[in-house]
Amino acid sequence: MTRIIVVTSGKGGVGKTTTSAAIAMGFAKKGHKTAVIDFDVGLRNLDLIMGCERRVVYDIVNVIYGEATLNQALIKDKHCENLYILPASQTRDKDALSQEGVGQILEELAAKDFKYIVCDSPAGIEKGAHLAMYFADDAFVVTNPEVASVRDSDRMLGILASKSRRAEQNLEPIKEYLLLTRYSPERVRIGEMLSVADVQDILSLHLLGVIPESKSVLTASNSGTPVILDEKSDAGQAYVDIVARYLGEDKPHRFIEEEKKGLFGKFFGSK
Amino acid sequence: MSLLDYFKITKVSSASVAKERLQILVAHERSSKNQPSYLPQLQKELLQVIQKYVNVSNDSISVNFEQDDHQETLEVNIVLPDKPR
Repeated sequence: MTRIIVVTSGKGGVGKTTTSAAIAMGFAKKGHKTAVIDFDVGLRNLDLIMGCERRVVYDIVNVIYGEATLNQALIKDKHCENLYILPASQTRDKDALSQEGVGQILEELAAKDFKYIVCDSPAGIEKGAHLAMYFADDAFVVTNPEVASVRDSDRMLGILASKSRRAEQNLEPIKEYLLLTRYSPERVRIGEMLSVADVQDILSLHLLGVIPESKSVLTASNSGTPVILDEKSDAGQAYVDIVARYLGEDKPHRFIEEEKKGLFGKFFGSK
Repeated sequence: MSLLDYFKITKVSSASVAKERLQILVAHERSSKNQPSYLPQLQKELLQVIQKYVNVSNDSISVNFEQDDHQETLEVNIVLPDKPR
């Protein structure tokens, strides 16, 4: 059975594309045939984060309009043979996506035995965001510990519960998971940042994992390699944990507490 | 202000302020999300009708919509002035 996962947040800049790239790579590295789709028509960026921007020939809008086949548009990832990327169109109008078109692409991917389809939602609650979540089975709600992001996440939860295919057809609701990104335990300790518990209190979501604020996210995007491949980095490990937890492994949460610095770290500063 | 006050840790953390603001806001937005969209217009038109007969102020009417598993309730509350003029 194919599982469709939407990575969503409402607010922009919280880490949706970083997360989409990381978890899609994570599933593929675990041996699952995975596709990751960019729904941000007009402002595509997943191709850059995945490092395949120079291999984009056709995009999702070309497939919907019959200008290319799905096979022509899918880009095989260079790091992992189980992973395929379907880029968004950079030139078309953001209303170029249609519900039937997206539905057909997802069906075709399911028929090609894709196990996981990761839908990278654009920010906002307009058409692209709507279509990214409409067919989803699971939602990864990416949230920063910050008021605007938490509020927008709550708004997004309302939309997931009322405007999705599962809601409209009275099926089992979308399973929602919280991914708290850009977390800084130091700032939480001194009362400058909402804690994991605070955000969970407000959103009442199942926590899939916490991704610490990390320099490695920027360096990974600089080179176009999903951060999950940087196994030494904290953010990379956090995403490895998240993928494992989603797949049913029992992994204790990390990166919520401050790391105890050793004597060496205290004097010379770590990281 | 005594000198001691300077040493007291009475400052509320900004994170707890954020949490409180969010809890109030999210609760409010969740309750208004389920309301039918005609509610503001209904309130406006009801007020116009009532004002034809009674001199009530614009904020003397409240329209509430509540929903539980079995029923939906539309509650209209109008405060009439003390002495009808």
